[in-house]
Amino acid sequence: MTRTMTFASRNTKEITRDILTLIFGIAFPLVLMILLSAINKSIPQGYGPSNFQIEKLAPGITVFGLSFLSLFSSLLISKDRTSSFVLRLFTSPLRPSEFILGYTLPMIPMALLQSVVCYICALLFGLELTFNLLLAVAVNIPIAVVFIALGLLFGSLLSEKAVGGVCGALLTNLSAWFSNIWFDTSMVGGLFEKVANILPFSHAVKAAQAAVAGNFSAIFADLWIVIAYAVVLTVVAVAVFSVKIKKN
Amino acid sequence: MEAIRTESLVKQYKDKTAVKGLDLTVHQGELYGLLGVNGAGKSTTIKMLSCLTRPTEGEAYVMGYSVNGESDKVKAIMNVSPQETAVAAKLSVRENLEFIARIYGCDKKQAKEKADRIIEDFSLQEITKQRASTLSGGWQRRLSIAMALITEPQMLFLDEPTLGLDVLARRELWHFIQSLKGKMTIVLTTHYLEEAESLCDRIGIMAHGVLCAEGSAQELKAKADTDDFEEAFIRLAGEGAK
Repeated sequence: MTRTMTFASRNTKEITRDILTLIFGIAFPLVLMILLSAINKSIPQGYGPSNFQIEKLAPGITVFGLSFLSLFSSLLISKDRTSSFVLRLFTSPLRPSEFILGYTLPMIPMALLQSVVCYICALLFGLELTFNLLLAVAVNIPIAVVFIALGLLFGSLLSEKAVGGVCGALLTNLSAWFSNIWFDTSMVGGLFEKVANILPFSHAVKAAQAAVAGNFSAIFADLWIVIAYAVVLTVVAVAVFSVKIKKN
Repeated sequence: MEAIRTESLVKQYKDKTAVKGLDLTVHQGELYGLLGVNGAGKSTTIKMLSCLTRPTEGEAYVMGYSVNGESDKVKAIMNVSPQETAVAAKLSVRENLEFIARIYGCDKKQAKEKADRIIEDFSLQEITKQRASTLSGGWQRRLSIAMALITEPQMLFLDEPTLGLDVLARRELWHFIQSLKGKMTIVLTTHYLEEAESLCDRIGIMAHGVLCAEGSAQELKAKADTDDFEEAFIRLAGEGAK
């Protein structure tokens, strides 16, 4: 366990000392929330999209912010691969399970911190302070695991350059489009709506929105889909990472 | 005692045999140079000996431990300084050193003490708080070797340790590597022939996956019937390639 925590501590330092983490992980989602809340305020009540009301927007933004976890973890892993740092560690007594935990563990507190900061900011824009917010933070954990697993997967497979494109641009955009954060996917309808319903992102947002609203019975209707994605993607990511170690 | 013994070691990739039945012996305390042109099989050999890749056939022993069956024991007593500097970019010099010490089982206090010692040995005092990414190539290389040595390995693999360094930094590192002689067994791969000639007790020349010549620099020159080591290498590696 000491080796795992030592490695996790190193990874935490590598990620938090990168200015990109602060910009994309915290500042960018907050700026979006501030802008969209300001836009929503200037629209007469009843005319603006319901997605931009703070009790719907805040949970959505917390999920959107978590999508950057994939970028952080995949960048770290691919950088470690290209710099041969991982090669140095492969020759050390670190075991494959310790590698995976070491890359994953730092992301969980980061995910919690991101969600807490977003909800605190949302309080300034009228979100009601209730115990439901704590539940909403907890409900975000499975979708955080989905993004962390995707980071581990892409970081194991792709180069540093490709990871920036796939996790930095493609994944964050796809997860935003199909999430119901910015617009209701049912308004687009057709295949787009079907894809949105198949992917975990809109379910994660709906579960978080239900938690904030205190609609407890509605949480698990969506959350179990996110949990299933989290389990499957974690298994796949661990398998791919382990194969890559052996293939090295 | 033999630090390394390989028995008919083979590494087969899909359509290429990188190492073909290698029988190699390195004695304890020896500084052994492994030379060869690109694709000769030396990097694959180092990978097998450092448990990075499993041999397809044959066996290799490091300090008596099998790389196939006792890789945990091999990993605990050896360390590697890879071709790339392989340092944690956003960690300071001291953090890099303490991190490696802790990965190899030291507690916080031991890791700090070991880092103190190696910082002094490598004259890193002025840059202990500096992040690795801000160091020059020479200092990064020095840190990379310090990270390999902080675990006090019995077996050290140095893969192209002076690659990309200027003449002064290279000479400085040569002096340091020389100072390690006898304290541990070192296997060094390099493309700089004068480096191998100057530093190594014995040199093995690989070509097309086989060890085609072995001996001290003097012995290899005599074997190739020349006074010039570069010429000797070209002749011996060329013969091995035929």
